[in-house]
Amino acid sequence: MINLEVPKKFEPLVEQAHIVAVEVLRPISRKYDVAEHEYPKELDMLAALIDGMDDGGNSSGAGAAGVSQAQKNGDGGNRNGSNMASVLSIIEMCWGDVGLLLTMPRQGLGNSAIAAVADDDQKERFAGKWAAMAITEPEAGSDSAAIRTTAVLDGDEYVLNGEKIYVTSGERAELVVVWASLDREVGRAAIKSFVVERSNPGLKLDRLEHKLGIRASDTAAFILDDCRVPKEDLLGSPEIDTKKGFGGVMRTFDNTRPLVAAMALGVARACIEHTRDALKEAGVEVDYDRPANSQHAAAAELLELEAEFEASRLLTMEAAWMADNSKPNSLHASYAKAKAGRTGTDVALRCIALCGSAGLGEEELLEKWARDAKILDIFEGTQQIQLLIIARQLLGLTSAELK
Amino acid sequence: MRGLQRLSQLDLIDRAGLRGLTERLVYRGTRNGFRAANAAGRTFAAAQKLGKPARQPRRKRPAGFDVTPDDEQLMMQEAVGDFAQEKLRKAATDADASCTAPQELLEQSAELGIAMLGVPEELGGAFAERSAVTSALITEALAGGDMGLAWALLAPSAVSSAIGLWGDADQQSTYLPEFTGENVPAAALAIHEPGALFDPFELETKARRDGDDFVIDGLKALVPRAADAELFVIGADLEGEGPSLFVVESKTKGVLTQSEPAIGLRAAGTGEVKLEGVRVPATARLGAEADDSYTECIRLSRIAWCAMAVGTAQGALDFLIPYVKDRKAFGEPIANRQAVAFNMSNIAIEVEGMRLTTYRAASLADQGKPFARESAIARQLCASKGMQIGSDAVQLLGGHGYVKEYPVERWYRDLRAAGVVEGGLLV
Repeated sequence: MINLEVPKKFEPLVEQAHIVAVEVLRPISRKYDVAEHEYPKELDMLAALIDGMDDGGNSSGAGAAGVSQAQKNGDGGNRNGSNMASVLSIIEMCWGDVGLLLTMPRQGLGNSAIAAVADDDQKERFAGKWAAMAITEPEAGSDSAAIRTTAVLDGDEYVLNGEKIYVTSGERAELVVVWASLDREVGRAAIKSFVVERSNPGLKLDRLEHKLGIRASDTAAFILDDCRVPKEDLLGSPEIDTKKGFGGVMRTFDNTRPLVAAMALGVARACIEHTRDALKEAGVEVDYDRPANSQHAAAAELLELEAEFEASRLLTMEAAWMADNSKPNSLHASYAKAKAGRTGTDVALRCIALCGSAGLGEEELLEKWARDAKILDIFEGTQQIQLLIIARQLLGLTSAELK
Repeated sequence: MRGLQRLSQLDLIDRAGLRGLTERLVYRGTRNGFRAANAAGRTFAAAQKLGKPARQPRRKRPAGFDVTPDDEQLMMQEAVGDFAQEKLRKAATDADASCTAPQELLEQSAELGIAMLGVPEELGGAFAERSAVTSALITEALAGGDMGLAWALLAPSAVSSAIGLWGDADQQSTYLPEFTGENVPAAALAIHEPGALFDPFELETKARRDGDDFVIDGLKALVPRAADAELFVIGADLEGEGPSLFVVESKTKGVLTQSEPAIGLRAAGTGEVKLEGVRVPATARLGAEADDSYTECIRLSRIAWCAMAVGTAQGALDFLIPYVKDRKAFGEPIANRQAVAFNMSNIAIEVEGMRLTTYRAASLADQGKPFARESAIARQLCASKGMQIGSDAVQLLGGHGYVKEYPVERWYRDLRAAGVVEGGLLV
């Protein structure tokens, strides 16, 4: 039965996440935007709290760790599970600060990869550790099949060599999930992910990036120099199966795209709420019944931004709901990521214009949100990559046909 | 008149074999100006009177977030969807040209029970529960066939739903049984008015009290099936009390109509309705006890137009997918080009966003929760994205999109109209 409201059972979770955003994240938001690369120690206590909630079976999923495809439902009934819970809490936390959420201990993208593809033994060994994800290389961004980092089996260990950039939480995490190729001649099917201890001497921190936004979150570059990894730390199957191709490693993203969409929603909502208050102070309020054309242009624009936000939000909720109900959601996950990604940036930039000098100034957070928002249309699959994924599925075209 | 003179001198319309068609259209377009509304309309009288108004119960509160329609809705959606794809789509071109809906289709829609969606069971209705979501799903499915014909078919249901929702016992007993049989009266919910920046909360049509009667004066625009309608629900500003709804039979003295063909939605036979000192009894006011009936009416109507836009936009997407895969340029399907493929992706994204915002607004209405913001958001989105999709669809077909051999130019026209019209539909 059609109902697109936030499930009642998740209302306490949303409320809790919102309190954290208000009490913990917002007060230190500007501090770590200015103090780039400084570790936000305030998050340690918060992370412990989230761990406690997770252990309590609360499945709050403040980050990426909680999501995975749902188990088949016994009764076939409708289910609102961990994917939706994660989306909801991420929206609230990123309303607080998206950079801080990205550097939440033990909630890294690597944790999501481990949750999605690790076997039981690996899950146990890596439990409770903060895991970053290293995919991008200087010559391979969206085109992850082109990665040049190699892994060669030598006795009981793989030896990794290459260069990785844009590793979120790379400096702070305890583990880094590294994508490397077992055989560069084979292409996608030979790409595997390896869990590398951050303390591994072959994993050398090269530098930390200075960025447009999300400055609270460290972005690391690594050199892998004869980095030796025990062979049981390869995630998934070591076999090179050209028929299965990329499936294993890419599956992670069906679950995480809606989460990045949720981050964009959090930022967009912060911008809209801030702007609504500012306009109200200036004497402009949206009347939802009267036609937009009969209202102040700023009211009409705010209504438009709200509409874009709401479409993005519902697309994201739908993608998460599909995952919770074991419905294939690759297409809808990309709908959500594409729409929310571009909407986040669009909303933030247009809200600045509505707020004028207060929108541009560093007194307020709006200018920061506009800088933060842009990354959400880039990482975890750019806007263009999402449109490619959607078009290929919609039109039934291969990557050779639709390049 | 000067324009007409010039049109008649054009050789072009002879060469194109369009003279007969053009003259018919001109006839419909002028038809001697305003004339009395359907004077042959039936006499509405209650066979049995209700003691108190009957209301369809609201649906039970749903348990959680869910995008799946229930079983009953799925069945209706499928039945109406088949009808729309098989019948409406085929009849659409002719209906668009002639500005009329075929009688056969009107009868078949009566068989499907479309006009009694909002009629309580006590008065012969077939649906136990009141559901804006069900109406939205049916509207969407019909518009997937053709939006203009969908409007023609749904116009009476807007009137029966309005009376079902806000009518008193007498109004319900008098009018609603007529909507449950095979011979459903043409009827229209008339809200829109001419003029730029029309605002349904600032109506130019005025009603004033005169003794026990109301006297209504004004001009309504874009009224579906205006010439044939036997019954209207009219929005008018009641002196001192604000915008209100009035039930007006077409036979009433002073009700005049004139056809008003528009860019789109032509199959619905849109017209203007002029009210010249129209005197109706005190019992003609709808929803006198419910203060927010008019506001609710406008919101529900906007949700219905959103459902129309979703249905047609989805129809366009379904049509475009095989087209861009078949159409070749420079030796390969145009779908293989990112410029085309990305446009397709964006259409798919926006249609789904339009659909979800529409469903959310309708579902909130069903749950008896506030839905002003949600209906405004759906309206905003469906108007702008719907229009864009209509334009993109023509663009993707190029010249083929511009000619009437394909349905796409009609969608361009209809999707523009869907974002502008107020009233005429309800969910």
